[in-house]
Amino acid sequence: MAVLARSSSPSSLSKLLRPHSVSSLRSFSSSAADDQRVLTIETSVPFTGHRIEPPSRAVDTTPAEILSFFRDMAVMRRMEIAADSLYKAKLIRGFCHLYDGQEAVAVGMEAAITKRDGIITSYRDHCTFLGRGGTLLQAFAELMGRRDGCAKGKGGSMHFYRKEASYYGGHGIVGAQIPLGCGVAFAQKYSKDGSVTFALYGDGAANQGQLFEALNMAALLDLPAILVCENNHYGMGTAEWRAAKSPAYYKRGDYVPGLKVDGMDVLAVKQACIFAKEYALANGPIILEMDTYRYHGHSMSDPGSTYRTRDEISGVRQERDPIERVRKLILSHELASASELKDIEKEVRKEVDDAVAQAKECPVPDPSELFSNVYVKGFGAETFGPDRKEVRSVLP
Amino acid sequence: MATAMALRSFGRRTSIAARGFSGSCETEKAAKDGKPINLFSAINQALHIALDTDPRSVLDHLVGYFLFRCRLIINRVGSLFCAYVFGEDVRFGGVFRCTTGLADRFGRSRVFNTPLCEQGIVGFAIGLAAMGNRAIAEIQFADYIYPAFDQAFTAAPMAYSTKTEDSIVNEAAKFRYRSGNEFNCGGLTIRTPYGAVGHGGHYHSQSPESFFCHVPGLKVVIPRSPQQAKGLLLSCIRDPNPSIFFEPKWLYRLAVEEVPEHDYMLPLSEAEVIRQGSDITLVGWGAQLSVLEQACVEAAKEGISCELIDLRTLIPWDKETVEASVRKTGKLLISHEAPVTGGFGAEISASIAESCFLRLEAPVARICGLDTPFPLVYEQFYMPTKNKILDAIKATVNY
Ligand SMILES: Cc1ncc(C[n+]2csc(CCOP(=O)(O)OP(=O)(O)O)c2C)c(N)n1
Ligand SMILES: [Mg+2]
Repeated sequence: MAVLARSSSPSSLSKLLRPHSVSSLRSFSSSAADDQRVLTIETSVPFTGHRIEPPSRAVDTTPAEILSFFRDMAVMRRMEIAADSLYKAKLIRGFCHLYDGQEAVAVGMEAAITKRDGIITSYRDHCTFLGRGGTLLQAFAELMGRRDGCAKGKGGSMHFYRKEASYYGGHGIVGAQIPLGCGVAFAQKYSKDGSVTFALYGDGAANQGQLFEALNMAALLDLPAILVCENNHYGMGTAEWRAAKSPAYYKRGDYVPGLKVDGMDVLAVKQACIFAKEYALANGPIILEMDTYRYHGHSMSDPGSTYRTRDEISGVRQERDPIERVRKLILSHELASASELKDIEKEVRKEVDDAVAQAKECPVPDPSELFSNVYVKGFGAETFGPDRKEVRSVLP
Repeated sequence: MATAMALRSFGRRTSIAARGFSGSCETEKAAKDGKPINLFSAINQALHIALDTDPRSVLDHLVGYFLFRCRLIINRVGSLFCAYVFGEDVRFGGVFRCTTGLADRFGRSRVFNTPLCEQGIVGFAIGLAAMGNRAIAEIQFADYIYPAFDQAFTAAPMAYSTKTEDSIVNEAAKFRYRSGNEFNCGGLTIRTPYGAVGHGGHYHSQSPESFFCHVPGLKVVIPRSPQQAKGLLLSCIRDPNPSIFFEPKWLYRLAVEEVPEHDYMLPLSEAEVIRQGSDITLVGWGAQLSVLEQACVEAAKEGISCELIDLRTLIPWDKETVEASVRKTGKLLISHEAPVTGGFGAEISASIAESCFLRLEAPVARICGLDTPFPLVYEQFYMPTKNKILDAIKATVNY
């Protein structure tokens, strides 16, 4: 009851808004044309550690990498905006949770790991799928329940998977993916191939008992598991401080070390993930709390404006937007011009529009797909459409 | 006054007697004076009344000595001090607006948000109820009740350890053994929206009622309409056994009917014959009733007279009413959204086959959800639609 008795919000606008710090740049190469020269850039804010010495703020990157960050995040942003319109046009049914605002987490994480490393996440899974190498067509087709979707149109928004890139996908039950991720990590430990698993969950999910059960097992077994709390500060309409006695999620593993990361800074995310992977392989689990923000409401049925102020949202957009941060970085270091970046965005927009158009043309799954994949072999069932005119399907 | 009588009856009725409130509550016929409201508003009204009429606030409102005596009776049976409503986002009205306005009216210590932790919510509710309170817990979607499954099972046996005079000896002995003392959590009610909405996909559409029907000690109740929802929910809240109340989310906005504004309860464990007929008995519950009703209308056009029964309470269920109807018609069809295998229809079918074997003229038909996960695409193939039911009615009648 103590939690509920608290009446005023300790989390305020000022805490969410932290200005982009002017990054310091040390260039190790003087040839400006070289895409692969190493740039060292300082993260927006220092990392904060729990039972661990945090990594350095100086992140190594290259012009090519920074430009790819820009492009990848722009694709994700554009995809989510297109999904928003498709949902409103009733082409996407079911529940749909968008990731715009959080792109730096998916992109920074990918920059630090390989496709042999596992990722498992919640229902807010579209962009992570792209990060794992999924295509826009697969994403849109799945969103619309079409045959070419990554789950053959059978999963929908909350259930994207990509086995070839160790993407164990989207899970609808809040918190359920965390112990699953630990099981994956256990298998990886046995295979001794130097891979780890990133299990992502939200600040709301952090209050589920499953997290603590999984943490304990992972720590007991020294699993190469990295638990990533994507703290976007709200679980549906509930602000983090209303739901968590301690919203310092990186500390909540108690005996498991943790790191707080600016999840709006793609380079900080990359640095933290490199650090965490190394740590996990040598020592066992670690928690990364990514301080991030979702611009959209929780799902398409939530306008996202009843439990937070418009000022808060626009403030984050202005001060902390992950794409704008990278844009500034590119411009200030003259890696590309403003108009070149605009061109990239135009290209991205076209790519997304083309994928949407293509996905709309995809056929829906065959009716027999209703029965396949329930068991390894079909178990035989017969049905017909609601109007009795459609095909009967009978499977062995 | 109805409330007062009902409250008093708790003192005596602590068993899972087949007909919980039949003597103590008004039936739906008693009042046709209400305003047309939808199902979520009806639930909201019921919750307002429940919070308003719990003994403590009744005292606060100085309704008087008569009700004070009720409280003494209640205290004597060791239960019911105060009612609370809680769950994920309920203080702000909840996902379906069922709890709108409650926090403003009754305060944040009686209507509050919980973190996202279903097992915690239900476990907490059991503890609160064990202290003699009415704990009305909301699970946001029935699809998310599984983390709380274990606790729901815990709830059941605890109920039996009340100071009951008339529990079946065998069971009473068993549950005393398990609890080792005399607690109960009869004040527990879990509310949760269930069922299809047309496009809910895997995790916003399920009908998990039959899992809970396998737990003696719980009551499982599903209303079909706003008026029913209000009366049945108040009965669940005031019933001295833990109950799970599944709300048909498809009907939250869609179903509108006149609902009396006053406090009334509808009997638990009492099925209702909502359409008389002679050729076949149809049994269902919740949102499926309207589908069954449409099938009845269509069947009537072809000269088939269907008797339609709303089971309302799944456990303990009203066998007498169903049996009486099947004895009359000789045929039975059961329909629910949950997958057919292991659904509650199987239990009804087996029971009726036992008790009406010689009277049955055709095999019992079950038109239910398919044995697949609830699908994102082809929901209409999965669902027990009107036409599927109609086909089965004809097949059964012409058997
Ligand atoms: C077990 C369970 N309970 C409730 C829900 C409904 N629900 C879906 S998402 C959500 C909020 C989760 O918030 P958070 O973990 O912070 O993730 P975010 O949506 O912010 O990414 C809730 C309550 C669910 N899917 N599963
Ligand atoms: Mg969140």
